Amino acid sequence: MSQFLQSIFSGVTVGATYALVALGFSIIYNASGVINFAQGEFIMLGGMIAAFLVAAGAPLALAVVAAVAAVAAIGVIVAKIAIAPARGADVTTLIIITIGVSMVLRGAVEATMGKGGHALPPFSGDKPIALAGATMLPQSVWVVATTLALVAGLALFFERTRLGKGILATAHNRLAAQLVGVDTRRVLTVSFCLSAALGAIGGVLIAPIANTSYDAGVMLGLKGFVAAAIGGLGSGVGAVAGGLALGLLESLTAGYLSSAYKDAAAFVIVLVILLVRPSGMFGASISSRV
Amino acid sequence: MRSFTRAALAAGALLATGAFAAAAEPIKIGATLSVTGPAAFLGEPELKTLRMYVDKTNAEGGLLGRQIELVSYDDGSEAARANSFAKRLIEDDHVDVLIGGTTTGATMGMYPLVERAEIPFISLAAGVGIVEPVKKWMFKVAHNDRMAAERVFADAKKRGLTKIALLSETSGFGQSGRKETLAAAPKAGIEIVADETYGPKDADVTAQLAKIRAVDGAQAIFVFGLGEGPAVVAKDIAQLGVKLPVYQSHGVASQEFIRLAGGAAEGERLPAAAILVPDQLSDSDPQKAIEQDYVALYTGKGNGDVSTFGGHARDAFFIWKGAVERAGSVDKAKVRDEIEKTAGFAGTAGVVTMTPEDHLGLTTAAFHMIEIRDGKWKLLD
Repeated sequence: MSQFLQSIFSGVTVGATYALVALGFSIIYNASGVINFAQGEFIMLGGMIAAFLVAAGAPLALAVVAAVAAVAAIGVIVAKIAIAPARGADVTTLIIITIGVSMVLRGAVEATMGKGGHALPPFSGDKPIALAGATMLPQSVWVVATTLALVAGLALFFERTRLGKGILATAHNRLAAQLVGVDTRRVLTVSFCLSAALGAIGGVLIAPIANTSYDAGVMLGLKGFVAAAIGGLGSGVGAVAGGLALGLLESLTAGYLSSAYKDAAAFVIVLVILLVRPSGMFGASISSRV
Repeated sequence: MRSFTRAALAAGALLATGAFAAAAEPIKIGATLSVTGPAAFLGEPELKTLRMYVDKTNAEGGLLGRQIELVSYDDGSEAARANSFAKRLIEDDHVDVLIGGTTTGATMGMYPLVERAEIPFISLAAGVGIVEPVKKWMFKVAHNDRMAAERVFADAKKRGLTKIALLSETSGFGQSGRKETLAAAPKAGIEIVADETYGPKDADVTAQLAKIRAVDGAQAIFVFGLGEGPAVVAKDIAQLGVKLPVYQSHGVASQEFIRLAGGAAEGERLPAAAILVPDQLSDSDPQKAIEQDYVALYTGKGNGDVSTFGGHARDAFFIWKGAVERAGSVDKAKVRDEIEKTAGFAGTAGVVTMTPEDHLGLTTAAFHMIEIRDGKWKLLD
């Protein structure tokens, strides 16, 4: 029983991070049809900048807020400099641009902050919380609670605010949105800003558990993309469900089958889901958009 | 005016050739290292170390009265590129010796060219395949993974621990270590009661550890991984409150591991080269002065903490330098023969005695058992 519970705890923690990455993918996908392969780098940047500031002597809370703000700003810069000028290009070109952006960001961090790993102190201590023989770090509670709060906040944003509705409208039909007066260029910038901030929050939340380094974004980005694909690209509920499903699947495979199959299990599930339901668990039909 | 310029040019050219002929041609070391990319934490200190000793030797009058020139290329941690750089070093740069191949893949990729060109080659990578079976022109200075496993098993048995749970990383290093550990266990009288793996970038390994905890009779955990991954494992072991003794591999032998694990690595043991604890060696140890010199020189240049890997480059340089001095020339065949005759050479990795059958020349004794105590390395034996 305790082993089962431990696998669940482990899966939920990791799954919540995947969910944050997947949400970032979905927001940008909705706004522009682009799969932003630099999403993983936003996570890495969040963790690295926070760790860097803490090492420089800044208080943890300030470092976290500053890191998220800085990465959100980087998101805006990426949208303005790299994506917006190529507006007219087709989606494939834009996706390749995001790959380029990810390499530039990774290289910049490697050159300025070094190749080594960095740790961030946990937000509220590292005394494990024991429950029925299994344990959970207080940081895991932070990860899960923040993810839930962000998902709720995003739902409100998209349904209640003018800007959020504008993004959704653009996602459904760009031309129609323009006709009714939505500034679709601003939508792109806002969506990159939001995704970058989400990624950075994920990055600072997971850094005390998993450490961070200049290349930490590669695997997280990939897993987040898988989570988004499982849940359905562009769907907020899908991103969360996909992230949690992937995290749980990995930890249960590691705990009960064999840890050697952990990563393989995730990718097999993606194949199966994409075969059975190409648009993911909660996704709208993709074919209408491409 | 015009003729004057021409005359001056001609005179200058004459002078230049004269000066060039007077100084002997430099001896050339060719190095292909992974200075950037995922293996950069190995390749970067290797290059810095080589450069440091080449400069030092030149400042002290060079080797055989000639200056040494280091020609190095960065393969970006891509094994396939090491091969083309080796080709360039041999055919265009006409180097006298090859050092490098930061990774086992790069080393093996370079070897066919080395054999064809018949040039002495000292690899800085760790794979057993580099020297087993013995290849005529290739030598290595890094410990074998099997030695690390044997050293851990010897220490475990001394503590009465014979049932060990293995947790290895899915990286190349971890999987090579896993293979060697499984192979060495029966001979050492050790039973591997669990064989789990984790990814180098995994955020959470508690599921695997909970499984290990549930295994009946496991007496110790042996983690075989490199750098950051084992730090996460150490944290997770502390989180779960697993009380079993923990062994790490030599892959965590850098200060960064202790820092990243943040206290969770307390009490863990690992096999490592003496370079981690030069000041704790006994004064009679032939390695003591060498390690202290290297540490002082390396950190004195503002290069950061020393690592085993930079030490490998130091050892390779001096094994080659010794061979050249004994041979009295840089003749490739003679130098190769002399490298093979290296005996009682005290380097940062251990005391090296090579033979035609052993192109590594280190024994298990090269590994010291080290425990992490109060956030520092403590030499056990």
